[in-house]
Amino acid sequence: MQATPRAKAEGKDAANVFVQEDPAAGIDSKRGVKDAMENVMKGVFVACGLVAIAFVLVISVYLVISGIPAIREVGLWNFLAGTNWEPAHKTDPSFGILPMILTSVYGTAGAIIIGVPVGFLMAVFLSKVANKKAAAVIREVVDLLAGIPSVVYGLVGMMVLVPAIREAFNLPAGDSLFAAIIVLAIMILPSIISVSETALNAVPREYEEASLALGATELETYFRVSAPAAKSGIAAAVVLGVGRAIGEAMAILMVAGNVANMPGLLSSVKFLTTAIAGEMGYAGDLHRQALFSIVLVLFLFIMLINAALNMFLKRDKEGN
Amino acid sequence: MNSHESITAPLSARRRGWNGAMRVLVYAAAALICALLAFLIGYILYRGVPNLSWQFLSSEESVINDIQGIFPAIVNTVYVIFWTLVIILPLGVGSAIYLTEYATNRKLVSVIEFATETLSGMPSIIFALVGMMVFCQTLGLGTSLMAGAFALVMMTLPTIIRTTQESLKTVPQSYREGSLALGSGKWHMIRTVVLPSSIDGIVTGCILAIGRIVGESAVLMFTAGMGMRMANFGGDSIGEFFSNFFGAAGSTLTVSLYVYAKERADFDEAFAVAVVLLAIAFLINLAAKFAGKKLKKN
Repeated sequence: MQATPRAKAEGKDAANVFVQEDPAAGIDSKRGVKDAMENVMKGVFVACGLVAIAFVLVISVYLVISGIPAIREVGLWNFLAGTNWEPAHKTDPSFGILPMILTSVYGTAGAIIIGVPVGFLMAVFLSKVANKKAAAVIREVVDLLAGIPSVVYGLVGMMVLVPAIREAFNLPAGDSLFAAIIVLAIMILPSIISVSETALNAVPREYEEASLALGATELETYFRVSAPAAKSGIAAAVVLGVGRAIGEAMAILMVAGNVANMPGLLSSVKFLTTAIAGEMGYAGDLHRQALFSIVLVLFLFIMLINAALNMFLKRDKEGN
Repeated sequence: MNSHESITAPLSARRRGWNGAMRVLVYAAAALICALLAFLIGYILYRGVPNLSWQFLSSEESVINDIQGIFPAIVNTVYVIFWTLVIILPLGVGSAIYLTEYATNRKLVSVIEFATETLSGMPSIIFALVGMMVFCQTLGLGTSLMAGAFALVMMTLPTIIRTTQESLKTVPQSYREGSLALGSGKWHMIRTVVLPSSIDGIVTGCILAIGRIVGESAVLMFTAGMGMRMANFGGDSIGEFFSNFFGAAGSTLTVSLYVYAKERADFDEAFAVAVVLLAIAFLINLAAKFAGKKLKKN
């Protein structure tokens, strides 16, 4: 054992000579075992490193293979642009998912329209306006908001929001796109707040000082200097929110009503995700395959959003 | 309006209006969110706490005795957390070690990082479906908590990799050089020097992963079933024990909340479960903060 450090210090050739000369031959074999162990562990770590790639490949392959058959059977155009979703109809089932695509798009857009301005203003408040102690406390609570399971949001939405909407608009039932939008907006708030706050905090202090020195008020500085300087981080927050909102299933399954109508703010609707979560349990044959195809469509949406997110994050890194 | 205006020239009416409006908006947003948080937490506690009792937490539901209980759901949740962590820890930590200690091929690293980012952006419903197809059907695990644990491994891998990587990066390079200079091999160096000094990050990763597992519902609904009775974890013979222990299925806390609320309309029980979940979320946040602080100190 003691031979090794010196041997290393003297270079590789010296090490060999040293080991050969050494009367204790045990070192050699011990070292062989150690080297073998090193190689084995290296192999193990490489394999672990490749696991993430393997997972993504497995997911993609499974989704494509299981998603294609129904699209083939129904026809791509009928599937994507059909407005009728009656997969369980006995004689004439129809598999058009346009209502769900539009619902997912409208629902996500609605959640963004409500969640982003509120979240951004909150980020400005936490990052610039509030005193440090108050901001720290509020931040803890916002973090707690992020840790609450989605079914809990669904439950509260079901018990508070849905009856409130029913009363307010005089509807037979309050389960609606509107209820889902509110729930989604609340659920994406924590990530929007924390990502935009990080971006705002990263704006160099000199920018703000220069603006203040030129006579701008504090608020003018925050909104006209800091916010534009943090814009790619804020864009990343928006895209992250889009990804969260379009992928959420369980919470909105509990408040959206789950009828595949064309989206209307106060009508009962079915999202791409809620169709999968709600119908997989009882779907048979072609219906089941059509649900797999819906997952494939959702997957493609998500991949697009991820690509956009990576672009913004990269730009953010280069910008700083 | 505020003190610094008295020493500078007065603002034009337009600027003053804009300033006032923006100030109102910022405070309104903050007040709205704080009110929302207070209401959300208050409402869950108000509806749930009266229905929470020791019996509810510690017993199995029984129609004959008219007892509601979530003990099976608690056991199932712990079971899933345990197996997910047992599988994810070596995989995730190993992957992070490869990325920070071994990797020399930049292209491969960027592909792995892309894959990790893709996984972390994937919605849980996709893990649910793929988990069902891969583990329940193709690998023949059937509807079981074990299949759920495997699906959750896919989902939590990015979390463990990221936190472990962050803490590996904080281990000073001189530790590594010192160890190598004393003649240790790379694996020996990792085992004796790098891993012990990055244990805090790994613990943080585990806490965050537990948070995600406890909060997850779609994946477990699809892979582990929605049964509310206690699964049979034991057996008379060894073979039976194995097939029962690894084949057990049932609902976790989140799934049982869904069943109570959506399928049975037992809202009192649903809110009681929500209180339990809220308490767990609170504890996990606290633990993660604590571990994170320790991480920063080092």
